[in-house]
Amino acid sequence: MRAFRIFARNIRDAFISVVRNISLSAASISSITITLLVVSISIILTYNVDHFATLVEKDITIVTFLDKSITPDKILEIRDAINKIDNVDSYVFNSKTQILEEMMQSSETFNNIMKDWTVEDNPLQDTYLVKVTDIKKVNEVAAKIKKIEGVSLVKYGEGIIEKLISTFDMIRQISLAIVASLVIVTTFLISNTIKLTIYSRKTEISIMRLVGASNINIKIPFIFEGLFLGIIGSIIPIIVTMYSYVAIYENFDGQMFSPFIKLVAPRPFIYLVSLILFGISVAVGMLGSWWAVRKHLKA
Amino acid sequence: MEQIIMKDVKKRYKTGVTAIYDLDLTIKKGEFVFIIGPTGCGKSTLTKMLYREEKPTSGTINVGGIDVAKLRNSKVYKLRRKIGVVFQDFKLLPKATVYENVAFALEIFGAPKDEIHAKVLKVLDLVGLKNKAKNYPGQLSGGEQQRVAIARAIINGPKLLICDEPTGNLDDDTSKEIMKVLEAINKLETTIIMVTHNRKIVKEMKKRVILLDAGRMVKDYAEGTYEGV
Repeated sequence: MRAFRIFARNIRDAFISVVRNISLSAASISSITITLLVVSISIILTYNVDHFATLVEKDITIVTFLDKSITPDKILEIRDAINKIDNVDSYVFNSKTQILEEMMQSSETFNNIMKDWTVEDNPLQDTYLVKVTDIKKVNEVAAKIKKIEGVSLVKYGEGIIEKLISTFDMIRQISLAIVASLVIVTTFLISNTIKLTIYSRKTEISIMRLVGASNINIKIPFIFEGLFLGIIGSIIPIIVTMYSYVAIYENFDGQMFSPFIKLVAPRPFIYLVSLILFGISVAVGMLGSWWAVRKHLKA
Repeated sequence: MEQIIMKDVKKRYKTGVTAIYDLDLTIKKGEFVFIIGPTGCGKSTLTKMLYREEKPTSGTINVGGIDVAKLRNSKVYKLRRKIGVVFQDFKLLPKATVYENVAFALEIFGAPKDEIHAKVLKVLDLVGLKNKAKNYPGQLSGGEQQRVAIARAIINGPKLLICDEPTGNLDDDTSKEIMKVLEAINKLETTIIMVTHNRKIVKEMKKRVILLDAGRMVKDYAEGTYEGV
């Protein structure tokens, strides 16, 4: 009961204190709001770049051409051999007849040329389309497949793929560093603003100490205050993120500049971003307060 | 029974200034003790060590069974809950009412509302401010503000009340009022240690007087023997 009374009192006092120190509270809230908006933009950009990179990487396939004179038994042996290679995610067999049919269906010109081909005339090769789990090891897998008996050729866009992967890696690292540094800057900025708020109340803290409040007694109302500031400060960035992202997505039809660059679908993405913003805001508000009040508790 | 025992206490600040030299002092339960002396003689340092705002450089200080010199920062509240402190500048929360200022000292421990209400009214009555409970400190005179500070200091029923120049900002009549309040509190068996410059009050009150000079205790007048200098 006593603990509940202290808890209720802390919440009440934190609320009263936000209202009583309204100008400094407003400074803290607006600093949280502004920095969270920047954080939100960078999270959205990073996530979309990552999404695009993942889509491209998923498309990467090792096309394994089998010998022209391959027998059905040998095809199964090659399948088993591929199956044994580490890092192979999935594979699909495409027979030369299948490829022929697909090509004929895809274009009238092909259809005219190929319609008279018999099974013996068909110059195409049977293939396995192999996908890998870790795209960075695509060349290793390709090299292993190439060594299998009965495989005549392996193609996966070598040369270009490696460059693409390293470029994506770099973009990911840069954008992650930007988000991380923004979060740090936000924490610093918010904690400094809260420090100002608390500095103006150092008399109050000294009185609390004087009448026998323990450090925890003193810290908790300020931490609740930080929590309130965090919650209030996150409202505008969350609303702006939700509405503006949906608006951008619908306006651009879910793609940026070309159909190749697809945007992340708004739901559940905006909820996730909102949750991250809320989490950062609350954590930074509470930590900032805790950190700032700690300085005044060293006797 | 001794409530405060100080042995060989020395306080040297980081600046190199020594404020207290080799102080031995014993104060019994229920005593009223004045600490007097010229500016800079170490009066405030002495009281600050009692409520552990400052730590002694060497020596031992025992307040109500607590070894103050060894008390860790995080445990200071245990000492503070046993003593009340009153300052020259009152240290009231300007944005809280008289009632809230006094209740504050009980609320932080999670006391029930009814208990807080009854106790606050009782101490406000004791200091003669029951009718000003809803006023803010800014609406009160200096003497009234000091009485609020006293009410806050005694609401937890401390056995020791430390007053650092409580009448320093007040005129003679108001100072007398404050002294009456302190005397009434002392009659309830609360030990009172009061630092003051006001020798007139000290002379009139006829209590024990400790005279400090340049960080040393130069005289300890027993109750009723101080005649003024």
